[in-house]
Amino acid sequence: MTKRSDGSGAAAKGRRQRTLSEAAAEGRAIAARDAVERTAYANAAALASHDSEQSAGSGEFGFGGTMRRRDFVSLTATGLLISFSVKPLEGMARGRWNPANLQRPSPDFNAFVHIGADDRVTLLVGKIEMGQGVMTSLPQMAAEELNISIDKVDVVMGDTDLCPFDMGTYGSLSILALGPVLRAAAAEGKAVLMQMGSVKLGVPVDQLEVVDGILRSKADPSKRVSYGALTGGNRIERKVDGPAAMERVGDFTIIGISAPRRDAPAKVTGKAKYAGDIIPTGALHARILRAPAHGATLKSVDTSKAEAYPGARVVRAGSLIAVLHAHRDEADKALKLVVAEWNPSPSVLDDKNIFEHLEKHAPAPQTGRPRGNVAEGEAAAADIVATKYLKGYVAHAPMETHSAVTEIAADGKVTVWAGTQMPFGVQSQVAQALQLPPAKVRVITPFVGGGFGGKSVSNQAIESAVLAKAAGVPVRVIWDRSEEFFFDGFDPATVVNVRAGLTREKKITFWDYEVIAAGGRGLQEFYDIPHLRTNTRGTWGTGSGTLHPFNVGPWRAPGANANIWARESHIDALAAKAGMDPVEFRFSHLAGSARMATVLRTAVEKFGYKPKAQAAKPGQRANVGLGVALGIDAGTYVAGIAQVKLDRATGEITVERVVIAQDMGIVVNPIGAMQQLEGCVTQGLGYVLSEEVRFKNGEVLDKNFTTYTLPRFSWVPKIEGYLIANNELPPQGGGEPAIVLMGAMIGNAVFDLTGVRLTQLPFTKERVKAALG
Amino acid sequence: MPVSLTLNGKPVTLDTGDDRRLLWVLRDDLGLTGSKFGCGIGACGACTVLIDGKATRSCITELKAVAGKKVTTIEGLATGDKLAPVQEAFLDHLGFQCGYCTSGMIMTGQSILNANPKATREQVAAGLERNFCRCGAQVRIIDAIADAAKAPTAGAQK
Ligand code: FES
Ligand code: FES
Repeated sequence: MTKRSDGSGAAAKGRRQRTLSEAAAEGRAIAARDAVERTAYANAAALASHDSEQSAGSGEFGFGGTMRRRDFVSLTATGLLISFSVKPLEGMARGRWNPANLQRPSPDFNAFVHIGADDRVTLLVGKIEMGQGVMTSLPQMAAEELNISIDKVDVVMGDTDLCPFDMGTYGSLSILALGPVLRAAAAEGKAVLMQMGSVKLGVPVDQLEVVDGILRSKADPSKRVSYGALTGGNRIERKVDGPAAMERVGDFTIIGISAPRRDAPAKVTGKAKYAGDIIPTGALHARILRAPAHGATLKSVDTSKAEAYPGARVVRAGSLIAVLHAHRDEADKALKLVVAEWNPSPSVLDDKNIFEHLEKHAPAPQTGRPRGNVAEGEAAAADIVATKYLKGYVAHAPMETHSAVTEIAADGKVTVWAGTQMPFGVQSQVAQALQLPPAKVRVITPFVGGGFGGKSVSNQAIESAVLAKAAGVPVRVIWDRSEEFFFDGFDPATVVNVRAGLTREKKITFWDYEVIAAGGRGLQEFYDIPHLRTNTRGTWGTGSGTLHPFNVGPWRAPGANANIWARESHIDALAAKAGMDPVEFRFSHLAGSARMATVLRTAVEKFGYKPKAQAAKPGQRANVGLGVALGIDAGTYVAGIAQVKLDRATGEITVERVVIAQDMGIVVNPIGAMQQLEGCVTQGLGYVLSEEVRFKNGEVLDKNFTTYTLPRFSWVPKIEGYLIANNELPPQGGGEPAIVLMGAMIGNAVFDLTGVRLTQLPFTKERVKAALG
Repeated sequence: MPVSLTLNGKPVTLDTGDDRRLLWVLRDDLGLTGSKFGCGIGACGACTVLIDGKATRSCITELKAVAGKKVTTIEGLATGDKLAPVQEAFLDHLGFQCGYCTSGMIMTGQSILNANPKATREQVAAGLERNFCRCGAQVRIIDAIADAAKAPTAGAQK
């Protein structure tokens, strides 16, 4: 089990100032307590030496350990190239995901592994790095299967000219779905090289071993040849379709061991490049005239004053009216000089009446695979609890606003640098907008400054392309914070209605669940409930512009935050009705899920949770409340316990401590997984305590962080994460599981403390005060 | 009016309009893109630079306000190619995910240590209260800066 128990992190002992290349050479200790650290920042040195070669057009963006972006043809002229595709939902075919719960098209993942004559391995994958750490964990998997050290593996990501097609980076699928196939491809590469080595050395394959990319005879290690030497001068291609023999879990030497993040050196020195940092020669910022409200239409516009601003240009392209200037702050000023009149939005919705609207207008219910017969179950109920749960719209609010730059070369080739989760989607959208074949458009994804689902739509890239064409110069579009709030595809407002009943024996007899506008993610059932029905009315992606007054879309664990909050709150309410401790009540319904029971037991032990044997009624723990919640997300089983304090006078909730236990199968990079877990808990505080988009008549009233409050440092609890070793299972998703528990953990803890059930997210001070009465 | 200042240890004179915003002068005129744009109104901290050693939000700072002052950006925090202890500590603790808030966090951390080279974990956390990290790296950011406070040169004025 890997644990990060306190704030201590890496030992400070003996720190001295190091240069970046010293740091590179020495292989430094990283924080994960039980993890063995052994890989070096070898690529930092490469990064430093590449520095002088960086230019806006062809630079490395400070990607540690990536190859230079030479073109694909020259890279693959020699060496061994293995291509592979991941059949739809490889990671889900094992039945751990209910396909009925998937609200997304079938992903089709593809990638290349290249083994070069220079002994370097290059992965070419269309995934992008937005902080989740795949730039490090994907090379780990390839290195493991090829028996080569990780610093010999380069990775090229999110470049449509270099990487094969990829649906996008979302849904915790990079490791879950791409991982097994990447490993198989690397294993296939090794098998091919073993064959070639056997011929070359005159040693049978089973007499060969590989040590860090060198094949040698087990009997006579002087008989040896490197991968690169084997492939040298020739071009060999293989396509993987069948499963190859992969390293067995027990033999792992790289997977499961915390690897230094490759993006680290660039990110602490300011060298990491994001789309807004790419400045082609002659590039101008574009600030686009925006409607004040969704649904408002332009009545009249006068741009003469803006045009007169020194250095500014006004460009119209399609429906876009933009002010261009070399300096962003001056473009801002010039945009303010545009005088526009608007017809008001017809929308009558606001953040108060939206729930009624959703209940009235959501699509007809779809019933998931029911269990038993709800009416029969209800007849057997001695007690029934029915509750309506409401959750508002939540913004993604990545610190990097949507940004893109487009440059059109003299030969017509379009290059777009975009902060996006969907480089290939952007490629086809830009091609369509410019009426070009997709091959004429190259999308390059530098580092992405946070996405959380919000950068799966990247209209800023299309805007920059259209304006670059109209203006005849490279155009940078960096959305202002108010544009980010206005155009975000929010996590939708959601209504959940639950009715459930208990038998006299304190067992749940039926569960009747209706969810509006969130879909079914998170509802994979693991409790023993004989009669169960789930009706979903619309998903998190349904009805943008009709059901909702603005765009909605995937937000970290889409739909699951609402569903698991409602389900786990209601389980808690049933436990209270039964007069049982909420942990014991859950255990008494987990006979059918040993895996979940193990996860819960771990959380209980690590927390030191004591059931309230004698304090069966809420409100009897002295000053703190404890709340538990369980969930399954992206194949990962997760349990959490939170401890909260409450200021009854102000309604302010303080979360003091959160313990998370999760079984995510094989853990590829423990420290990366722990960072994701901590991120989930911290980000989750926002949608639980403060984050809710306010709007009225099509206008998004939150325009900046002054009114829309993200979690602050003082809110962050002590976070303890435990990753339960489960090497029987391939790696499952790790970017989202812990966040889905936050609503219920905190709400249940408040109930534990006060006996009051909070039924609307977020639990703002005002709402808590009102609920306490 | 041209504005003269010391930028990352070197004297510079900038003739680009003295009411320009420092953040965009750094980024657009000088190509120093390590300081980030997050909100433009001084609310997030992504654009933080040091002015005479003190954390300042460059997005709301006019160029004329730094006339004659010492401005340090993330690009100038290392001494030669020796990383500052705060940068070291961010590497050790992995005080980032997407990295977009990171230069602002590091510069704020340096400012906290400049004012109080022996800052405790609590003092560090309090000093970061007005910085946002959407990825949720807060725990490690605090750890990193508090750990850097143990280095003898932690508060070396930049
Ligand atoms: S960009 Fe300056 S504080 Fe946010
Ligand atoms: S690391 Fe992404 S915002 Fe802080």
